[in-house]
Parts: sequence; structure tokens; C-alpha cells
Amino acid sequence: MTVLDYRLSQLDQLEAESIHIFRESAAEFERPVLMFSGGKDSIVMLRLAEKAFHPAKIPFPVLQVDTGRDFPEVLSTRDNWVNRLGVKLVIASVDDAIRDGIVVEDGKTSRNRMQIATLLHAIEDNGFTAAFGGGRRDEEKARAKERVYSHRDEFGQWDPKNQRPELWNLYNGRLHQGEHMRVFPISNWTELDIWDYIGREGIEIPSIYCSHQRRVFERDGMLLSESEWNTLREGETVTERTVRFRTVGDITLTGCVESGASTVDEIITEVATARVTERGATRGDDRFSEAAMEDRKKEGYF
Amino acid sequence: MPDNTTGRRHMDLLRFATAGSVDDGKSTLIGRLLYDSKAIFEDQLDAVERTSEAKGHGYVDLSLLTDGLRSEREQGITIDVAYRYFATPNRKFIIADTPGHVQYTRNMVTGASTADLGLILVDARHGLTEQSRRHAVLLSLLRVPHFVLAINKMDLVDYSEDVYRTILEEFTTFATKLDVPDLEIIPISALQGDNVVDRSVNMDWYKGPTLMHHLEHVHVASDRDYRDVRFPVQYVIRPKSDQHHDYRGYGGTVAGGVLKPGDEIVVLPSGMTTTIEAIDLFGQELDAAYPPMSVTVRLKDDVDVSRGDMIARIHNAPVPKQDIDAMICWMSTTPLQPRQKLAIKHTTRSARALVKDIQYRLDVNTLHRDPDATTLGLNEIGRIHLRTTTPLLADVYAQNRTTGSFILIDEATGITVGAGMINN
Repeated sequence: MTVLDYRLSQLDQLEAESIHIFRESAAEFERPVLMFSGGKDSIVMLRLAEKAFHPAKIPFPVLQVDTGRDFPEVLSTRDNWVNRLGVKLVIASVDDAIRDGIVVEDGKTSRNRMQIATLLHAIEDNGFTAAFGGGRRDEEKARAKERVYSHRDEFGQWDPKNQRPELWNLYNGRLHQGEHMRVFPISNWTELDIWDYIGREGIEIPSIYCSHQRRVFERDGMLLSESEWNTLREGETVTERTVRFRTVGDITLTGCVESGASTVDEIITEVATARVTERGATRGDDRFSEAAMEDRKKEGYF
Repeated sequence: MPDNTTGRRHMDLLRFATAGSVDDGKSTLIGRLLYDSKAIFEDQLDAVERTSEAKGHGYVDLSLLTDGLRSEREQGITIDVAYRYFATPNRKFIIADTPGHVQYTRNMVTGASTADLGLILVDARHGLTEQSRRHAVLLSLLRVPHFVLAINKMDLVDYSEDVYRTILEEFTTFATKLDVPDLEIIPISALQGDNVVDRSVNMDWYKGPTLMHHLEHVHVASDRDYRDVRFPVQYVIRPKSDQHHDYRGYGGTVAGGVLKPGDEIVVLPSGMTTTIEAIDLFGQELDAAYPPMSVTVRLKDDVDVSRGDMIARIHNAPVPKQDIDAMICWMSTTPLQPRQKLAIKHTTRSARALVKDIQYRLDVNTLHRDPDATTLGLNEIGRIHLRTTTPLLADVYAQNRTTGSFILIDEATGITVGAGMINN
């Protein structure tokens, strides 16, 4: 008898679990859509979806909420992925939403916050019943409580106190008219797992994750990019530094970190020894209050 | 399966659920495990320090790290299961951190349903409480294969070996009534760090492993069933492209046994037999597939297979059945009643179920069975009979946690109201 080793590495187990979730949702929801920002988490999600249905095409479209303030490198990576896989891309644009009166530009609300209504409108408009999100429970403590199948009512709201119990790998996808489900296939992945997987799969990511020269200025302890949308305040000066991004979002709020890590292997080493979370280091939008993420999620944010 | 990754390889995964009463020091212990394995980041710690100070605490309240929701922080209690992550060089850990408070049975069942190991914390000063016994009963009912009883706050009982021995004996006596396949009892002080990551200098009488050492080395690879092939068909993959014109694959997650190309199999419920042609994973043909791999199986003959069907070995297949005898944990404020109709989800198959009768309600404190029970309330556990509209391709839960479990859904609200484990 041959002795077989039936151990599966943790990365393979995570991959298997995510594929299971993708297949389950595709089978049970009428109109799923994959939220795709072009960032590292959504790229890993797209690869997992690709694996789940191979050699068939991914049986749902991808949806990007375009803040109008996105990094050009991220948008071009998005386009490469979408073209290679031949999936349909739906763009929900904050600029369009402002024009159509869905959200109001008051000069104070961040583009990140305006994404909420823009996204909910796009979900409703297209009749999507499930939206795959790249949220990971290690990111933030409100996310640590999020289910894999996260129910949203007809207003797109999350009720953290009234979540459906989630047992074994039996996901409950029941919906009423007008409701939709957020589905988080990479809930159990950590930032390091994402990088390990990107390295192992050798997949394309936006170049700004790797170290590069950038003109930046410092605000509230974060390094922000010089851009046409960021007006310098008194005392702020632009300098050129060697940086990379740990998360990508709205250019006006997403900070970068000084880093010489220019390859995925070097990034893995850096992430493995990082002492600050990716959000703490680089996300202005989570700093507003202790419950910033939770409050936005209740409204409909991912 | 070959893992061609660079860097840190063959890390495996351990999922564990924590249990314990409110003041047993669970948050402190989790905080310490995360802190000592460098899974807590400076900005998280800063935030906790700021909040502790603002609240007027004279210490850094590590429970603030784990209580993530606004209402939890307001009330100072944990409401819901939270999942946390840390890793050592050989293993990644997923903690299902279940609350010790209200609604605790259903949360405990939720957390334990996927756990390889259950960690019960007791306060050395108080010994076993009703709560610790209940936790042990639930872990046993859920068939969590490994138990750890961590006797905490040993610093408050002068690191006394007698105290440890007394609790150990009390627990092992109690555990004889349960199904506890593997038990480790470790005296610790989460606050002082004794026997958590580092061996305690205060308890030289204790010769066993530290908690972290045990979590890192407990053998979980053989906990799954590798004999009885169970492959619930999840999704039929039929690319309608020129390149893959005739491709027809069955996507699913292996729930039991080892599948290999060339194996003779039966498809249930049709009973058609054929052979496995190939097992695919993203363009790669695999030599074998085993739990918990997600793969695509191709069959030699063009038999009719759809979602909800099950692939098994010809002489080792589940018998389709519509009469189900199961233990139920009820999770709704509206009680379970005989004659009630519910939706049921078992593996990839959905059906409707009728509650035929309630056999008994189980008292999880005393293990007493009350045969006079006519309903099951929130957080209660009982044995019931169900009749389903379509046959389930089910096994006994004791044999397979995946093919032996199901959920019950209220058809009006869409909410998951019950967790079931099949008896026979």
C-alpha cells in the first residue's frame, strides 16, 4: 500500500474554502456580481473565481465603483484582468452618481463615503442579488464579526446584532425581494496569505504595490500622494520618496509607506515583520472614529 | 498536492473555538496568544491604550481588542462570534472566539461546528462551573476532536499542584460521560504568561506542554474521514466554448475519502455507476483528491448528474433517506414545534422538512433527557424526527461532520433557526 500524505497546506485549504464559497453562491443566487477594485484582495478573488469555474468562464460580471480618484495603475491592471478573462465589467461611477443626484458633493464628504450610495444604487439598478466582496476578517475588528454570507436588507444595511448563525460549510442564501447578500470568500485570509498566494500564483498586481519613487507629502502621520485633488495645507511640503502602497483606494485618502520592497518576495518579508496594520498605516477613512468601519458597513459599505 | 510556493512552506491550519465564563480571562488569554505571536500591531495596541485610558481603566484592557462592535464596547460584553488569526512558523490558527454570555449556546455551536480543537478556560479559584460543563457537553456533541482544558489564574492559587489535580480529576471523571477523544489539561496564568507560550518557572511540577506548544503540535491531519468517499456535487461545469466543447465536470468539495482517477463510483440518488476519468484543478490533473479539497471531477460515461447529487464508492455509499433522526440546537426565539415545516439544507441539497416529533430535550448541564418536552426554545438542544420532501444522502454525524450535518431555515423569515446532527 502506498502511504499518502493527506495534509493540505493552509494556503491550499484557504483556496479550497474560497472556491467552495464561489461555487455555492453561483449555484444559489440568481444574479451575483464580483466587486472588483483592482486591488490585491480583489485580484486574488478574481483568480479564485477563475479557478472555481475553470475551464468555463466566470459566470458573473465584475463591478467596480469608480471614485474618479483612483490610481491609473490600478485601473489599467483592472482592464488587463477583465480582458484576459473575458468577463463583463460594470462600472458604477461616483462622478455619474453626483451628476444624477444620487449623492451630493458638499466638499466635505469623502469620495470613499460617496461610494456607499453609488454602490447600493448600482446593485439595485442591475438587480444583483449577491455581491462578492474582498473583505478579510483580519483587517479590522468590525470585520472580524462579519459572516461569510452577510445579509443586507432592502436598504442595503447590515445589522451586526442580528446576523444569521453560520454553521459548518452550510451557507444560507435565502433572500426576500429587494434584499441582497454580501459574500466574502476570502474572510479567513490574512494580508500575509494574500501576498503568499500572489507570489505562488505569479499573478499580475498594480505596480504601485511595489516600491517606486513618488512625490508625497505628510498629513496626520500618513504619506499621501501629490495629485490634482489634494490641496496642500499650510506647512505641508512635497518631497520625493521611495514608497509603496499596502492598500489601494481613493488617491486622496490612501497613504503609502516608505519601503524598498520591489518584488513580491520582498513584500512578503516586509509584511511578515510589519508592526502596523495595513489600515492603520494607510487608510485615512478608518481613522475618524473607533467605530468608523462598523458605521460605514451598517450603511452599506463593504 | 505539490505546493510550489516560495518561502514559508507546508504550514498547516488549526481551527479552534474558545469557551469559558465571562471572567475566566478569555480575552486576556487571546490577547496574550496574539501578542506573543506578534499578531497584534502597534496601531491596534495604541487604540486599545487610548480607549482604556479614556474609560478610566487603570490597565490596558485587552478585551477591547476582541470586542469589535460599538454595542459590545458600550455594554462591555461580547455578543457574537469573532474570528481571529495568528500564525507561528509551522501553523496558522483561526480562533472562533465565542462569547461566554447570552445566546451563548448557539454561538458556541456556530464556533465549534468548524473547530478542530475546543479550548475551555476555567478559573483555578472556582474550579469547574456549570458553564464549563456545558461547554464540554457542547464540544462533545459537536464532535470537536481535540479538547484543551486550560486552568487559568494559577497565580491566584499560589501555583498549587493540588488545585490543578483536583480540577483535573473532577473534569476527567465528568468527561467519561462524554465523547472526548483527546484531552490535554494545562495549568496557566494568562495574565502572567505562565505556560501560555513560555514554560512556567512557578510550576515545575507540571511536565506537560505549554498551551502554544500543544496548539502547534496537536495532530489534526487524520481527524477527517479518508475511507468513505463522499463528493457532494456542487456545480456542473460546462464551458460552451470551441476549445472545451465536450467538457463536462462536476465541481465540489471532497467531504470524505480519497478519490482517484480510475475509481469505480456510483452517483446518488440515481444509482448509476461509472468510473472517474480525471480530477481537475485549474487545468492540472490531480492523482488524488481528499478532504477538504475543492476540485472538478470528470466521469467516463455521460450519466445524468446535477447539483445536490452525491458521488460515492459503489459498495460504500450512503442510503438515501427521508426520515431523519437528529440532535438539534434550536437558534430562534420562536420555539420549535411538532408539525412545523422548515427548509433544510444538507450538503449541496435543499429540501423541505416536517418536524414529526420531539423525542426529548437534553439538559446540557446534567445530560438529563426530558421526554415530556413538547417544544424546543432558543438555545435548547433536543432529539427530533424529521421527514423530508426529497431523500438526503446523509451519514451519521459521528462518522462525517460534513455529510452528517444540516441547517434548518425558517421559510418566512429566511433566517437559520436550527443546526442539526444526524443520529442514524
